[in-house]
Amino acid sequence: MVFFLTKRLIQSVFVMLAVAFLAFSLFRYVGDPVSQMTGVETSVEDRERLREDLGLNDPFVYQFVRFTGDLLKGDFGYSYRTRQPVAEMIASRIPATLELGLVALMISLLVGIPAGVYTALRPRGFATQTILMLTLVGVSIPTFVIGIMLIFFFGVQLGWLPTFGRGGTVSVGGWETSFLTIDGWRSLILPALTLGVYQLTLTMRLVRAEMMDVMQSDYIRFATARGVPMGRMYFRHALSNTMVPVITIIGLQFGGVIAFSIVTESVFQWPGMGLLFLESIRFVDIPVMGVYLVVIAFFFVLVNLIVDLLYVLIDPRLRISDVS
Amino acid sequence: MLDFIKRHEGLWLFTHSPSVMIAAIVALAILIGAVFAPWIAPVDPYDLSSFSLMDGLLPPVWEEFGTSKFPLGTDDQGRDMISSILYGARLSLIIGVCAMAIASILGVGLGLAAGYIGGRFDAVVMRIADIQLALPAILTALLIDGIARGILPPELRQDMRVVVLTLAIALSLWVNFARTARASTFVQMNKEYVQAAMMQGQHPLRIMFVHILPNILGPLLVIMTVDLASAILLEATLSFLGIGLPADSPSLGTLIRIGMQFLLSGEWWILWIPTLFLIALVVSINVLGDFLRDVFNPRLR
Repeated sequence: MVFFLTKRLIQSVFVMLAVAFLAFSLFRYVGDPVSQMTGVETSVEDRERLREDLGLNDPFVYQFVRFTGDLLKGDFGYSYRTRQPVAEMIASRIPATLELGLVALMISLLVGIPAGVYTALRPRGFATQTILMLTLVGVSIPTFVIGIMLIFFFGVQLGWLPTFGRGGTVSVGGWETSFLTIDGWRSLILPALTLGVYQLTLTMRLVRAEMMDVMQSDYIRFATARGVPMGRMYFRHALSNTMVPVITIIGLQFGGVIAFSIVTESVFQWPGMGLLFLESIRFVDIPVMGVYLVVIAFFFVLVNLIVDLLYVLIDPRLRISDVS
Repeated sequence: MLDFIKRHEGLWLFTHSPSVMIAAIVALAILIGAVFAPWIAPVDPYDLSSFSLMDGLLPPVWEEFGTSKFPLGTDDQGRDMISSILYGARLSLIIGVCAMAIASILGVGLGLAAGYIGGRFDAVVMRIADIQLALPAILTALLIDGIARGILPPELRQDMRVVVLTLAIALSLWVNFARTARASTFVQMNKEYVQAAMMQGQHPLRIMFVHILPNILGPLLVIMTVDLASAILLEATLSFLGIGLPADSPSLGTLIRIGMQFLLSGEWWILWIPTLFLIALVVSINVLGDFLRDVFNPRLR
């Protein structure tokens, strides 16, 4: 178990290094940093001095090591567009995106897993066919259209919910949360639904496929023959065996949630990291793009490490494998 | 692969499933409309002289004040909606099909080679695929787009939009092809006909593309339909986000982006007609993809 986790930890470090390298290459080779930071009236000598100050004349490896070191120290450089420190810009956007993603993930799991189990156990039922048809439509409707539809019905037609921004937020130790105000929750509903629906269909389809596979296995047939009560069989024997792939998908979905939060945040003008990333692409603000990638990769790696820990907790075989 | 029985079974399934037939008809209708847009569409929406502000914001023909001159109404510039949509679908489909084609050539080529050669080449290709699979396609496409913006000189950026967009989408979708091709190649490698061809000393490229490729086309065809839908969706999303095609050559995504401005003001047709069109297109392609999956993989039925 320790070996397994150590291996994963080392892999994670390599992933982070690769992403840091990508961010570094972006900064160094996409456009010229010096001409981005200076104006037309800057003299050639000043440009050369800046180039020297930034260390752009140093050997490649040295530059990369310094770049990574700066990242570790939390020094993320300055935005080309706003001239503010990137670290501050990103940090102020993190709570909005994470809270949105968390609620979306909750929707995906709390609805997706029961729906998946149900459709697997009653494959020919009318409800199942309806749900499956709906998920196919759900997968085909782009996230932004789902967002527009929700805005149209609940925001414009019914006027029940706000359609843009975060509403009221409360600062808890520097973390702007919308969980503590009613207004914040109301603003959260539509974006979280938009983001959650697509993930929900994925969860449901996966749980259904796994469940159907498990239900056909020998041990379930044996359990049926032995007369194990249905409820116990479904949930104790079958569902718990589908949990490993389901947890994997949670790890993977986190990436999807973050990525599609770009779209959702754009539709709802949600002041999160995705909106910032989108603006930085539009204005070719390379430092922000690079740091966004590093931050996203960090969360991604973190979530996957937690998932690995959960594997060990859920699957006893992984605990034993070290001994043998 | 497509042996006699399977072909007929597929045909039987096709004629006995109304949703699949409807999907096929819708997809075909949109395809024809898009391909023949220059002849079918009443006006050329790219031609600035073809529309006037006087005709702006006219509703569809069945609403009050609608005229038969503009069957689906006009946008705020007075552009005929049906022409914009047909031309928009044309652009969306061109980009989608090209991106899918590039992705499949790249992916199948690499996947076949990885499965055939194996060893270190396989490991490298699959590691790259793994890394990319962790990044959702939309993030990859956005990133490639952002890099292209940084590299291209400003005067070229507008002209190269379609190319950049197509490549960005293609490069974010190749992984599926590579993984499927590789897995299927592994299965074929153990078959006698491949062993025999190898022993005859045939050229590896010949074995890969003449012998193995036709035998793994089935699963690839499924991926192709699914990825065509993803490519169209990706393009629409990027254009909606304002990263894709500009407003003067709008794809379906751009039209929806433009229509968003009228969400509150009551000109529903500017937003919802292109949206419906996009959904109809993608849903019908996905239904066809699901159907193909059922035909090629009866175990899941």
